[in-house]
Amino acid sequence: MNALGGLALRLSVLAALLATWQLMAVIVADPVFWPTFTDVGAHLASSWIANPTRLAEHLLPSVARLLAGWGAAAVAGIAVGVLIGLSRRARDYVNPIIGFLRAIPPPALLPLFIVLLGIGDGMKVAMIGFGVVWPIIFNTVDGVRSVNPLHTETGRLYGLGAADRLLRIVLPAAGPGIFAGLRISLSIAVILMVISELYAATNGVGFQLVQAQRGFRTLDVWATILLLGILGYALNAMLELVEGRALRWHRGAMRTVA
Amino acid sequence: MTSARIEVEHLGYRYAAGGAPALDDVSFSVGQGEFVSIVGPSGSGKTTLLRCVAGLAAPTSGEVRIDGVVVRDVPPGLALVFQDYGRSLFGWMTVHDNVDLPLRRRALSGEERQRRVASALAEVGLAGSAARYPWELSGGMQQRVAIARAVAYAPQILLMDEPFASVDAQTRSDLQDMALSVWRAHGSTVLFVTHDIDESVYLADRVVVLSPAPATVAAEIAVDLPRPRDQVETRAMPAFVTQRAAVARLIRRPGVGTP
Ligand SMILES: Nc1ncnc2c1ncn2[C@@H]1O[C@H](COP(=O)(O)OP(=O)(O)O)[C@@H](O)[C@H]1O
Ligand SMILES: [Mg+2]
Repeated sequence: MNALGGLALRLSVLAALLATWQLMAVIVADPVFWPTFTDVGAHLASSWIANPTRLAEHLLPSVARLLAGWGAAAVAGIAVGVLIGLSRRARDYVNPIIGFLRAIPPPALLPLFIVLLGIGDGMKVAMIGFGVVWPIIFNTVDGVRSVNPLHTETGRLYGLGAADRLLRIVLPAAGPGIFAGLRISLSIAVILMVISELYAATNGVGFQLVQAQRGFRTLDVWATILLLGILGYALNAMLELVEGRALRWHRGAMRTVA
Repeated sequence: MTSARIEVEHLGYRYAAGGAPALDDVSFSVGQGEFVSIVGPSGSGKTTLLRCVAGLAAPTSGEVRIDGVVVRDVPPGLALVFQDYGRSLFGWMTVHDNVDLPLRRRALSGEERQRRVASALAEVGLAGSAARYPWELSGGMQQRVAIARAVAYAPQILLMDEPFASVDAQTRSDLQDMALSVWRAHGSTVLFVTHDIDESVYLADRVVVLSPAPATVAAEIAVDLPRPRDQVETRAMPAFVTQRAAVARLIRRPGVGTP
């Protein structure tokens, strides 16, 4: 009942927003720069969703770059985060370096990456990966350091091997932190994917956005922005689904404490 | 006395160098197969003492020997049920997996592991809860999971730190009898910490009384009560009443009446 009411409320807010857009566009009556929501939606459907060639040539490479960069950052970030989290010495050496590197705004690296890596997929994947790895590292370190000492001692007491201690104690205990990092980094990955495709690209959603703007196809600009919004939303929803399953125990345990 | 299994000799422990000691000079020993209770006021260093015996904390002075070997790390075949049992269980594992985890390192067949987990859970009365998660259980049930985990491990030496401190009286009696039947069935050596005087006498062959912090051994009292113990019969015996009074007197005024 409550959840249903909440959903209805959220949907009605969304509906109100779209209705306002629609109304404004009708009042402004400038279909070139201020298309109505229904026009944008229809264009999105016909020019993107019902267009397998465009999806395959532009959406697919974008998603592939995004997932490759984010996935590599996830693997590297969790591995580095666990190492740093478990070793005080590693923390002492590595923390200042990481603190500096993550302060660099990733888009600023684009020119450098183009010089070093060219304008291919590798450069884009590297830029996305570099940009999103920091929140994963930091949140993994936090998660690992928050492992309950009694759990660590229980592992020691019962003579668990290093693999068991890592896979069955440290990683699950750090799970909530790791997923927090993955969620933050996923939204950054979408941003960096678009930026990396605005320049020096021959395909991708970001590239299509610039092409539409250069060709004064405003309706297509609007539709492509909407597509990016939907993409980000869908990726996040999928991650939350995985997180919900992996951390079911955590929510249960939290509820009990509360 | 039977041959010494655990020997604690002039054990001292400080949490911070230069700080106040938690343990001053503790010496006692526990024989093979013996059930020994340790009582002492809260904050007297009971938990610290168990951590040193388990090899989780390194003594500042003195030493602990198990089977004649100085303890430097957790000795094999030793289990400790923590005072803070609820937080020692793994929230992401079912009850079954929590109990099974320590068995992974032992060279046991899958079948044997399965059998041990099932029988340990049955012993503590949790056969029906194997698939549940710790946070779905009451405090008393969580404690029994922690005990089942230790029991399934089949330790030769079992240390328990105020294991029944936070359960209601009825559950507490049940758990006490369960601890005794587990001890009898497995022939292990048990060191049982409590601040409950009745409990210390009811369970043990011998009670070691600690002084207030920093701990020393104020007295050792041999419990002269027949086994098997019985919640009603044993507690009604005149010997039980005198011995619990003796322990109580020592805790009130340590040093007085020390043999
Ligand atoms: N982690 C710790 N750091 C510093 N002091 C501690 C720590 N744990 C216990 N102490 C101190 O050591 C003394 C003995 O504590 P403890 O062994 O827990 O006693 P008990 O288990 O008998 O209640 C107490 O004075 C306590 O404050
Ligand atoms: Mg204690």
